[in-house]
Amino acid sequence: MRRLADLYERLDQTTSTNAKVEALARYFQEAPPEDAAWALYFLTGQKLKRLLTTKLLVGWTQELTHIPDWLFAEVYASVGDLAEVISLLLDNLERPSAPEELPLSQWLTQRLLPLRELDATAQREQVVSWWRAMPRREVFLLNKMLTGELRVGVSSTLVVRALAKVAGLPAPDVAHRLMGTWTPSKEFFQQLVSPEVSDAEHSRPYPFYLASPLEQPPESLGDLSEWLVEWKWDGIRGQLLHRKGDVYLWSRGEELITDRFPEITEAAKALPEGTVLDGEVLAYEDCKPLPFARLQRRIGRQKLTPRVLAEAPAAFIAYDLLEQDGQDLRALPLRERRERLAALLKHHPTLPLSPAVEASSWEALAHTRSEARERNVEGFMLKRLSSPYLTGRKRGDWWKWKIDPFTVDAVLLYAHPGHGRRSSLYTDYTFAVWNGTDLLPVTKAYSGLTDEEIGRLDRWIRAHTREKFGPVRSVEPEQVFELHFEGIQKSPRHKSGVALRFPRIARWRTDKKPQDADSLDSLKELLHASA
Amino acid sequence: MDASVSFQARRPLITVTPHGLYCEPGGFHIDPWRPVERALITHAHGDHARTGHQRYLGTRAGEALLRRRVGADSHIDALEYGEPLKLNDVTVSFHPAGHVLGSAQLRIEHRGEVWVISGDYKRAADPTCAPFEVVRCHTFITEATFGLPIFRWDDTREVAEDILRWWDANRAAGRAAVLFCYALGKAQRILAELARLTDRTAFVHGAVQGLVEVYRDAGVKMIPTQLVSEVAKGTSFAGALVLAPPSAGGSTWMRRFGEAETGFASGWMRVRGNRRRRGFDRGFVLSDHADWSELLRTVADTGAERVLTTHGSAEPLARYLREQGVDASPLATQFEGEAED
Repeated sequence: MRRLADLYERLDQTTSTNAKVEALARYFQEAPPEDAAWALYFLTGQKLKRLLTTKLLVGWTQELTHIPDWLFAEVYASVGDLAEVISLLLDNLERPSAPEELPLSQWLTQRLLPLRELDATAQREQVVSWWRAMPRREVFLLNKMLTGELRVGVSSTLVVRALAKVAGLPAPDVAHRLMGTWTPSKEFFQQLVSPEVSDAEHSRPYPFYLASPLEQPPESLGDLSEWLVEWKWDGIRGQLLHRKGDVYLWSRGEELITDRFPEITEAAKALPEGTVLDGEVLAYEDCKPLPFARLQRRIGRQKLTPRVLAEAPAAFIAYDLLEQDGQDLRALPLRERRERLAALLKHHPTLPLSPAVEASSWEALAHTRSEARERNVEGFMLKRLSSPYLTGRKRGDWWKWKIDPFTVDAVLLYAHPGHGRRSSLYTDYTFAVWNGTDLLPVTKAYSGLTDEEIGRLDRWIRAHTREKFGPVRSVEPEQVFELHFEGIQKSPRHKSGVALRFPRIARWRTDKKPQDADSLDSLKELLHASA
Repeated sequence: MDASVSFQARRPLITVTPHGLYCEPGGFHIDPWRPVERALITHAHGDHARTGHQRYLGTRAGEALLRRRVGADSHIDALEYGEPLKLNDVTVSFHPAGHVLGSAQLRIEHRGEVWVISGDYKRAADPTCAPFEVVRCHTFITEATFGLPIFRWDDTREVAEDILRWWDANRAAGRAAVLFCYALGKAQRILAELARLTDRTAFVHGAVQGLVEVYRDAGVKMIPTQLVSEVAKGTSFAGALVLAPPSAGGSTWMRRFGEAETGFASGWMRVRGNRRRRGFDRGFVLSDHADWSELLRTVADTGAERVLTTHGSAEPLARYLREQGVDASPLATQFEGEAED
């Protein structure tokens, strides 16, 4: 645990990427593999299945420190991180001068994981005895593991770079080995950094290649004949694997969703073994995609009854062929991968190929793009025909050319402080539109302002607060913001009756007065355009 | 919460007026924020010692700093710590607050009733100023900058050792280590604490150097200092420790240091998010204000029947004290305590 605390401190105490990679590499080199595996587990953003409720942790802390509820709420609002609040408050307790030390893997296997089997009294006894015996920075880490994610401000790219350095392997290989589900163990970590390839890897997808938003005019991309143009489907990006008799469907979030889509799994079984497709999971009927809302309804269901399956039938639209006959094709040019894909899918009508959109010029294409909303797609994907299948978001070969978002002018009504790094700033906002003579909240939005604007708005919020409800402030209804969003749906759960999809702040309209904001009626008109 | 609720029927000795804290029977203001005739000053920080008053009264130990702050031509009278002075039928005296050089609490006695205004204070030892002295009183006006139980200061020597280790690590890596801190008080305290550990020279910003000289004149032992601006153009700052006020961060002044790590010495660095939001590499938790336990201890030590809390977490501290059975309420002032930047 001490070694992890040292690593955490080193990562936390530098803003330099190289220094972070170096610290990670040193840790992976020096730590016993069983500990390194667990550290990696947390560093890549994975968390333990809930061991106990945070409410219990808060209660125990209050008992130990005699902090009343209101004061706990007060300090939580000023720190914004529960694990940190608890470690700071517990610092008021007496500690032994020479704390005990237990390796990370033993912490997990002998202490934390068995917690789940205990009742609350026994859990309390255990956790409190650890709290009393550990230095503050380790209490903080322990709390982080108990409460969920241990975010340390390193991206998985940095972790992969460090591992690649330690293993002497190319970074994409390491990234590949880290895909999917794995168990943090000595064997896993040793295999991860070993030059040998193992059998256990057959369930693993390839790292996804992601397109960048097109911000320049499409003409700047050169000759249209060098490009493959496809619709940008509004579904779940995924990889469909058929290897060694097993089928795996992975979402871009590296979640295994095979069981959620039996019709896709069934279709994939007909593919030759050693095949990996990149594509999109869509609600799909009569050779046409359905709105994302239909797919969402299905994702939300616990049980896949025949009725649910009939209501939102799903299909996997294939974009790309990453592996054929067990051979990694990613280095081949897209033109060739695409030819092989088309030839392969000719025999599998249940796995449609994402069609190429034909156009004679960029201008003609721009015209076609205006039909996107009616087709339930988000715009175009532009892929250079000579491009290999890269890893992550690399600019240059793959672009998404989205249709313009919906916009609404709304009034800031409530503000809430952010978390972690932004815990002392009001960064989360609730916006309202007019409903007759009332302002009715319609959406929250978090992102879109610059740091400078956030700071300016924070000062304005503090100076124009009407009421405080715990950490939330209601403010004078004066500031108008232009919000962008991708879609709108009916929602009985919202007071306004509508829910916006991907709302974000486009501009702070200091030129507008609150009376210039939009009305609920005008938003509802968009419902038709969006359905 | 209305501050007047906890006052007893008799007129309070000190009230808050638009000009600041006012003692009517004594005919003077304490650390007023608008120009007045007679200002009693607890210490020379900007939110307590403002310019434009007709007559100032402060401590002998803090006189030079006060003069620097409010102008050489100002009319300033000074008292030794503990030296009583009669103003009308009120007796006043200054007592060490342990905050910065010359800082004081103000004791005010009127017909047997004693009030103490803490100014800013801390209980931890500080080689640059006289230690806090407990003064018994009926009413205690205490600062509450860090009046939340998450604030707890580590031993200052450990913090100084941390700073030195950070300096050494940057020296080894050929980088400058730029440490932001208040120019008055914090900078000198760091230089004095480092003097126990090293005799290397530190570089300082112009805003720091003048104040360092005042401290040296007062006999405070610190490591040698050199003005950044006196270094020949093009000289490398690799391996140097540089002390600068937070306002210098992000300015063009910073460019000369080339590759550098930045740190900030402040009580606010106790909370990780405060440091990360500001983008400092390192945060050193070092404050010239009392932490939570020191605030509670001091309130108890004074034996005060009534406690008024000002700046920072005045409301939570007062509420907590009330729940512990102390007659406490917040008092609205314009003091800032330790600003977050």
